[in-house]
Amino acid sequence: MTNRIVTGAHYGLRDWLAQRITAVIMAIYSVIAVSVLLSGHPITYGVWRDLFTQGWMRVATLLFMASLAWHAWAGVRDILMDYVKPAGLRLALEVLVLLTIAAYVGWTIQILWR
Amino acid sequence: MSDAAANTQARRIRPKYLNLRALLFEIRLPLPGWISILHRISGALLFLALIWLLWMLDRSLASESAFDKIKHYASLWPVKLALLVLVWAYCHHFCAGIRYLFLDLDKGIDLATARLTSWLVLATSLALSAFFGWKIW
Repeated sequence: MTNRIVTGAHYGLRDWLAQRITAVIMAIYSVIAVSVLLSGHPITYGVWRDLFTQGWMRVATLLFMASLAWHAWAGVRDILMDYVKPAGLRLALEVLVLLTIAAYVGWTIQILWR
Repeated sequence: MSDAAANTQARRIRPKYLNLRALLFEIRLPLPGWISILHRISGALLFLALIWLLWMLDRSLASESAFDKIKHYASLWPVKLALLVLVWAYCHHFCAGIRYLFLDLDKGIDLATARLTSWLVLATSLALSAFFGWKIW
């Protein structure tokens, strides 16, 4: 392989598979979350807070966020590879996206275990 | 000879450059193509909106008064409209994503089925958006 691009997809298959597995995880979480929210009482602060203080909900939501992080990284990287051609700009945007996603995961932990 | 000549002729007008006019008016995207580009657009939209959604989750769990403020904020019509767009984006990304998972497993590959499932994705995501929109409105 010649002319390798440093910002190209040289780790494609793993991320491709991860994107699909994380999609299934998020789909399952979404269905459960929607049924929990629709099944019960009107959402007051008490109901909302109690839901997010339960251990399983915190862990499930963190797993959702971790899945989202990996899934979104693969997706956004695909978009950048398609539309942003200069390698320097693409690398800068990729770093920015990675840092943003890492910050979101940290923020999510802070929200869930405050 | 004529085939080879035709091929050479076709090759000569390559590469074909795209511009906005061609994208908007000349290229007729088939329905599965629309599902595909909408999957990309909805995904990008959700990623860009993530900071806003996380902020609302953060505020809603901060305290009772912060929860009430967010509840009021979410009842303003521009906010509701933006949320409705994001609800559609999530529903479309969800439905189209399930379709792609089946396509990856070689299910629904033939043209007739692929078109049918494209219509299904479009209709289901719009119906789900309408339902959730009605719930939050």
